[in-house]
Amino acid sequence: MSERQIQIEVLRYNPETDIEPTIQAYTVSCLNEWVVLDALNYIKDNLDATLSYRWSCHMAVCGSCGMMINGEPKLACKAFIHEYSDRIRVEPLVHFPIKRDLITDIEDFIAKFASVKPYLIPKEKRPISDGEYQQKPEDLLKFKQYTLCINCMLCYSACPKYGLVPEFIGPAAISIAHRYNQDSRDGGRHHRQEIIASSEGVWECSFVGACSEVCPKHVDPAGALQQVKLASTIDWYREHLMPWVKK
Amino acid sequence: MDIIQTDIAIIGAGGAGLRAAITLAEANQKLRIALISKVYPMRSHTCAAEGGAAGVSKSDDSLDCHFEDTVGGGDWLCDQDAVEYFIKEAPRELIQLEHWGCPWSREQDGSVAVRPFGGMKIKRTWFAADKSGFHILHTLFQTSLKYPSIQRFDEYYALDLIEDDGRCYGLTALEICSGQIKHFEAGAVIIAAGGAGRMFQFTTNGAIKTGDGMSLAYRAGVPLKDMEFIQYHPTGLPNTGILLTEGCRGEGGILINKDGRRYLQDYGMGPETPVGKPALKTMELGPRDRLSQAFWHEQQKGNTLSTQWGDCVLLDMRHLGEKKINERLPFVRDLSISYLGMDPVKDLIPIRPVVHYCMGGIHTDINAATPLLGLFAAGECACVSINGANRLGSNSLTELLVFGRRAAMSAIACIQSIPRLGNKAALTAKAEDSQSRILALVHKSRGSETISGIRKEMMQTLEEGAGIYRTGESLSKTCEKIAELRHRYTSIALNDKTKVFNTELLQALELSSMLNCAEAVAVCGRDRKESRGAHQRLDFTARDDTNFLKHTLAYYHPKDPPRIEYLDVVITKSRPGVRDYSGVRK
Repeated sequence: MSERQIQIEVLRYNPETDIEPTIQAYTVSCLNEWVVLDALNYIKDNLDATLSYRWSCHMAVCGSCGMMINGEPKLACKAFIHEYSDRIRVEPLVHFPIKRDLITDIEDFIAKFASVKPYLIPKEKRPISDGEYQQKPEDLLKFKQYTLCINCMLCYSACPKYGLVPEFIGPAAISIAHRYNQDSRDGGRHHRQEIIASSEGVWECSFVGACSEVCPKHVDPAGALQQVKLASTIDWYREHLMPWVKK
Repeated sequence: MDIIQTDIAIIGAGGAGLRAAITLAEANQKLRIALISKVYPMRSHTCAAEGGAAGVSKSDDSLDCHFEDTVGGGDWLCDQDAVEYFIKEAPRELIQLEHWGCPWSREQDGSVAVRPFGGMKIKRTWFAADKSGFHILHTLFQTSLKYPSIQRFDEYYALDLIEDDGRCYGLTALEICSGQIKHFEAGAVIIAAGGAGRMFQFTTNGAIKTGDGMSLAYRAGVPLKDMEFIQYHPTGLPNTGILLTEGCRGEGGILINKDGRRYLQDYGMGPETPVGKPALKTMELGPRDRLSQAFWHEQQKGNTLSTQWGDCVLLDMRHLGEKKINERLPFVRDLSISYLGMDPVKDLIPIRPVVHYCMGGIHTDINAATPLLGLFAAGECACVSINGANRLGSNSLTELLVFGRRAAMSAIACIQSIPRLGNKAALTAKAEDSQSRILALVHKSRGSETISGIRKEMMQTLEEGAGIYRTGESLSKTCEKIAELRHRYTSIALNDKTKVFNTELLQALELSSMLNCAEAVAVCGRDRKESRGAHQRLDFTARDDTNFLKHTLAYYHPKDPPRIEYLDVVITKSRPGVRDYSGVRK
């Protein structure tokens, strides 16, 4: 297996000892099949035990290890060393406050995610004894893609609007709302609408589309945003121009 | 020290912990619920489960059939009363998840689809493509957001249970972002903190699976049960240990050796079934223990393929076609392409067995109650003994749900019936001891050992001594080595003395948890002088029901190896018999 000496430049910041972040470089002999996370683990185990970052599954499903790699939001466990040159810059996800080293404060995201009521609000209640709701494969397909979000927040780092307007509830939160809105079992759209159709909701989005480009799971939050905008526009017309039509 | 008062504290916010929290919130909205986890809930390792969750739901199936598959699959080490309860509750839990929005894959008519799984005589595995655990976890997490009474303590690491006079009254936990230690006062505690697969080098388990919950209970005097039973999943990617679900074989994938032979037929799982037409409970749909053991024999015979990542056999899914793979196994395809550079649509995928699951864990009864009053456990960290000596694929996701809920109901009954009259001074003193222990570890100035060094040696000795096949000699060596490592652990010192996100401190604590669990694995294995399920001894090759139709209980000792006791297996209706996975039975 081929190896390469790579300079891994990592943003370091410890609020107890540092006034501001600095960059620390480590030289790591990396196997070509490694991901950037492997290099960080090597550093942690062999070079510098004080380096802090989040990680767990190493298979791009737990969403822990989002970071900026050469300026792009990536999962460190899916950023392959062979795709990079001999210098790799690793920094915490932008648009989030840094807690320490590569670890960011994600409470803002968690609160926004929860605010859109990301759970099934059943159209009609069904007792367990009646078994499952019927849902045809084609009905499942209408929202399946939006269930795949791993909450890694790469889309928030990629979103220029979230950087400028921190109140924007952002791509992943809107996608998850859209996911439930599109679910044939759900009847809660109007409960979510007041949040996602608000000024901090979809209308902040200027459709740059960067969220969908960086999504490691191909969720296409930009597509969800556009569909929500369209649906909200139709709502508005119905309400204002055709008030006799029931919602 | 800050005190956080709560009625019921849950440690771990994966499938079992979230299911428990929702049960509590639904039962009584006035209950104060603390959901404590070292990671945000959606990072929990439930997310990595792929294949699906078993439950009887179709007209061709029956509770008896699921029972027989599970008990036989577990080589009769299952407690049959617990299995009966589990199987009866399973369908209800799967439907409940469906009502909460879980995107289960569907049949054309709109009903939930089922797929075949290893060791199961009938198709009964509910699945959401090949991301079933991920969808279960996210459905539960998102549903939990409905309930304001579930107070989450994300990124809190549980340090010690606080007990007095044989009853658990809460715990201490480290707030990772501040380094502060908090004392959670609780009427009952539920541990749902996952398994300990990271004891091994080559594992499907994420970094967080370090046996913290098991060690927490063990150190408080609760025995760990049946720890010698470690499941190797037969199909892991050889370079990373990434799991390729059993669903690959359920959908019709086959295993071949370097000569292209479907070697499973040579290990009591034949005759060969037609390619692309898998028959239930035979060949590639045999149980995981048998398949992993067959790999070992092939390796001994020189029939495996030697690759840069070690010896492998090949998983052939090409005949399934691109459409079916994309629909049923999209994650498998993505993982194979991304991490191995091979596409199952056109390539044979090299795979080898990889440590996947701990059948053993915190000893609980059928109510998810541990012997320590006020302490309950559910999920992989627990051993309620439905899995016996070998878990069948797709029983564990259902187990999280059934026993997560059961633990919550038991905890409610406990706080209602058993008074909470702990000696306040004694409890406070214990919480302070816990804090002192951590401060001493952080501030210790000089150390001769490193965390990564000891961890590496632990992994190595487990691999050598407690792998797919074991001997008394190999296990004894491993016992000695782990005893030595536990001693050497006391000589580590941290480089990082700071408070905020001190992940080196977390690694030190996790290593200690793993060493405790690892010692239980080796000692229990050394003393079980028979072969059963996932515990295979080259020096005692037969199952011995006369002496070992028993659970092993390991009791912690702060310095010495654990004390071992045995407990009878509960048998209600199935006497131990022959595990027959040949296609000629009936």
